[in-house]
Amino acid sequence: MSDAHAAHAPQSFWSRYVFSQDHKIIGLQYLITAMVMALVAAGLAVLIRIQLAWPGSLGIMMTPETYIAIVTMHGSLMVFFVVSLALVSGFGNFLIPLHVGARDMAYPFLNMLSYWVIVPACLLMLISFFVPGGAAAAGWTSYPPLSALKEAVPGSDWGQTLWLLAMALFIVSFTMGGLNYLTTILNCRAPGMSMMRMPLSTWTFLISAVLGLLTFPALTAAAVMLLFDRHLGTSFFLPSGMVIGGKVLPHEGGTPLLFQHLFWFLGHPEVYVLVLPAMGIAFDVNSAMSRRAPFGYKVTVVSLLVAAVLSMIVWGHHMFTTGMNPYVGEYFSIMTVLITVPFAVIGVNLIASLFKGRIKFTTASLFGLGLISAIGLGGFGGLYLGTAASDLYFHETYFVVGHFHMMIGVVTFFGTFAGLYFWFPKMFGRLMNERLGRVHFWLTIVGTFATFLLMHFQGMGHLVRRTFESAYDFQKPVTGMHYAITFFSVMAVAGQFVFLYNFFRSIWRGEKAARNPWNAAGLEWTTESPAPHGNWRGPVPQVQRWAYEYGRNGHAEDFQLQAEPDRVGATEPAAH
Amino acid sequence: MKRTTRGSADAHYLTMFFAVLTVVTVAGFAMDFRPAVVTPHGRSIDGLINYLMVVTGLLFVLGHAVLMHFVWKYQGEGPADYTPEKPRTQWLTALIPVIVMAGIAEVGVLLLALPVWGELYGPTPKDALVVEVTGKQFEWIVRYSGADGKFGKTDPKLVDDAENPLGLDENDPAAQDDVVKRGVLTIPEGKPVAVNLRSLDVLHSFAVPAFRIKQDVLTGFTARAQFVPEVAGRYEIACAELCGLGHYKMRGFVEVRKADEFVKWLADQPGMFE
Amino acid sequence: MTSRWTSRALAGLCVAALANWTWADAAGKPWDPAMGTAAVKGKVKLNGAAPKRKPVDMGSDPACAGMHQEPLLTETTIVGDAGQIKNVFVWVKRGLEGWVFKAPAEPVVLEQKGCQYVPRVSGVMVGQSFKIRNSDPLAHNVHGMPKLNSEFNIGQATQGGENVVTFTEPEVCMKVKCDIHGWMVTYVAVVPHPFFAITADDGTFALAGLPPGEYVIEAWHEKLGKSEQVVKVEDKESKDLEFTFEGK
Repeated sequence: MSDAHAAHAPQSFWSRYVFSQDHKIIGLQYLITAMVMALVAAGLAVLIRIQLAWPGSLGIMMTPETYIAIVTMHGSLMVFFVVSLALVSGFGNFLIPLHVGARDMAYPFLNMLSYWVIVPACLLMLISFFVPGGAAAAGWTSYPPLSALKEAVPGSDWGQTLWLLAMALFIVSFTMGGLNYLTTILNCRAPGMSMMRMPLSTWTFLISAVLGLLTFPALTAAAVMLLFDRHLGTSFFLPSGMVIGGKVLPHEGGTPLLFQHLFWFLGHPEVYVLVLPAMGIAFDVNSAMSRRAPFGYKVTVVSLLVAAVLSMIVWGHHMFTTGMNPYVGEYFSIMTVLITVPFAVIGVNLIASLFKGRIKFTTASLFGLGLISAIGLGGFGGLYLGTAASDLYFHETYFVVGHFHMMIGVVTFFGTFAGLYFWFPKMFGRLMNERLGRVHFWLTIVGTFATFLLMHFQGMGHLVRRTFESAYDFQKPVTGMHYAITFFSVMAVAGQFVFLYNFFRSIWRGEKAARNPWNAAGLEWTTESPAPHGNWRGPVPQVQRWAYEYGRNGHAEDFQLQAEPDRVGATEPAAH
Repeated sequence: MKRTTRGSADAHYLTMFFAVLTVVTVAGFAMDFRPAVVTPHGRSIDGLINYLMVVTGLLFVLGHAVLMHFVWKYQGEGPADYTPEKPRTQWLTALIPVIVMAGIAEVGVLLLALPVWGELYGPTPKDALVVEVTGKQFEWIVRYSGADGKFGKTDPKLVDDAENPLGLDENDPAAQDDVVKRGVLTIPEGKPVAVNLRSLDVLHSFAVPAFRIKQDVLTGFTARAQFVPEVAGRYEIACAELCGLGHYKMRGFVEVRKADEFVKWLADQPGMFE
Repeated sequence: MTSRWTSRALAGLCVAALANWTWADAAGKPWDPAMGTAAVKGKVKLNGAAPKRKPVDMGSDPACAGMHQEPLLTETTIVGDAGQIKNVFVWVKRGLEGWVFKAPAEPVVLEQKGCQYVPRVSGVMVGQSFKIRNSDPLAHNVHGMPKLNSEFNIGQATQGGENVVTFTEPEVCMKVKCDIHGWMVTYVAVVPHPFFAITADDGTFALAGLPPGEYVIEAWHEKLGKSEQVVKVEDKESKDLEFTFEGK
């Protein structure tokens, strides 16, 4: 069987590296594309920070309308084209077949297409900066009527249309990927790989795929309706009586609230799509690095599922101030704060997974440990925002900005970095430089934590978000923090250049790695590093146990791979 | 098994980082940058926020204390000394965060927050002064009903940003005495106020941080914000929903005057078409 | 971020193509100033009661009110004691189609000063630079709402900020307003030739250097409306016109 697969291996440069159908290459394509988009999005962030710390210093380059376009594109690029691309598409593609014991994804051709649909989506987003009116400027949330009417803000001219088209392509790509993930995990597992033997990261990719498949259609619908309102004169989101640009608009019968419901029906699960894989990766990395199985594997699986289900019925907490029926608001508040429950369990399990372990400090494990703290800092902030009455105060302030950056900016990036340092040998057969890794880690953790913690304090002072400069006296006590935040955010961005240098240099000049440099127990470590086309040279391994067989228990080695003959005294919970 | 190896630099620095983080976080929240609050429901909201700060603060410190302890104690390379936990232990341990978080969270929502929600969205007191505030790019336009107590008809076709920003109908008798003011909402101290909120164009949000009030305004829908301002003074209105390039400058003012001063002031204001 | 060069280049390309297509047969003779020997002058008056000028409510921005000792009065209709109307845009509406006029290199300047547009009415030629300057120590927003030209919506956050726009279609008049300070309104007339005037306090206008011929002269006022008159001038002749608007 392996020979047959080898006979079909791609030969030309184009079929091996460009239009590859190998999940590992596709995963790397996603990762590198995400790095490119991250450079753009981080550059936009630096511009924002310069304007906030020194208003007017960028002169005519930074007008109020340019500023909100930059804010909009920074968010849009980061959420969809950096974090989702790197974590969900990049790692999901690279890891899933290796983790479940498949030679590739269930639909390799569809997989290749999913990447090549993302490329034009990226290009559309980037081109939107250069069209008349500039890039979209209605926030990454793109609420109408602001996003529907070009008279309302220049970015709602061509820029918003390109944004909507790029998002449509993104959703097509994500759907293709999601189908692949779901099918591969459910149908293509190796013999012996039951669901409860999969690594926790695989569970999180499964959940993310399902969440995305279920909820992206709402955004698709919203985007199509918004395009219609913009170009075909419909009134899905536009009520009667609007006066803009000196004209009374002819629309009738629509409501902006409809867009918000549709957007957030996706928008809230989307952030869980992003965060859960980061936590799954942390469990994998931390267990290998601390030489013990995750505490409460089954409990964690259940908590992940509960969090995912709850995430689909709490979207209204983004709309507490809209004037929704107060009973509906109260329902959303009661359910939202319940999400802290599974997250608290996961947090406790992450910490307890260190108990009586033996922690080897590498860049990977440092990021994995920092992630735990980030969940705490970001997660608790969620209570202030999920409780409807306190959200009335914090809504649209920097408290929200600090909170979501901690969760989908820090937790996700830390998970991505932990994964990259950990699985680099599996990707390239080499190790990343650990000294440069330390520099990267410290610049990142100090830079990001300081930046976003200070934003929480600014939020306590009700600093209003998406504002070009501070025009309110009540904010004065907290605007001084802008300088410190700009300093720390630049520090964090600088750290990423160290990482990029390390990453690319190590691909060709990194220290060569053994097959299993971390002595990790997961199935991916039973094959070569780098993993070959078809993943295993011989037959696909027969899985004997779960992915976390650590602990000596009287044996010579303190771990056992997933696909080795059984040794006495297995620690895997409850026979399958 | 006795520990023989000394801590690595990594464990040292990481633990220090977590310690500094915990101290700075607690100190920063304790510094309390909130503007002074001048409404009763606002005080309830602040009480709720204080409760959240105390409980999340305690949990944050506790969690980091355990994390720091484990990072420090279990550092070092080599095989781990642990015995895998029984399923029962794992499920029972999970019960702790479940009960604690559910309890803390829902106590906050149901016991502390729900009454505030009820006050904000409940029935308007009969003696409330009803005022109208309209948001438009990028100003707040205030309207009083005038001596007749009735708000006159408006028509979007009559809107002229400079002369008649609300589009009041000159032919409507009820509109003659409507008092229209740009950017300044003047209200009496100590009396309930109900603000009817509308938008003429895109989404805006009427936020008065000192009152702990925030309500989005949409076209085609009249929202209501109600509160009792207790202390005379001048407070700022902020727009809290991205509304275009002038969003950051959509600033208004609430002037709270002593009750008798307010009555005199309102009587002095000319009506729209008088 | 807007690349002004790229979007202008794109717009320019489109306009050039369109112009090529639509105006190919509207070729006129290049204007020769030596031909302009006649003139049309006059005044614009109001018949009836002038509406009272009310003080402008600048409550939305105390920094604006702070720049004025006494409150500004509305400028919608400014009528003198003898009924002379200020800020009336008078121009040659028809009669100059045979000539092609080149726009001067000098820009027409619109200033934002004291939270007011100065002047209230501007005239600019097709293709001439229209420079908008913020002379105030606070932010303004110039939002032009033309019917025939491209809309523009520019934020000018700092004192001294300048932006230049050019117009491609004749339009009398487009409204330009500041969205941040809603009372700030100005009107811009775009004409294909230089024969226009805006009445000052004395309500008079003068269109000099016209070639002899028959013309339709229009007087436009932002509130009182429009009024047209036909006039014929011979070589070296100067004719007087009086426009009368009806008050309430």
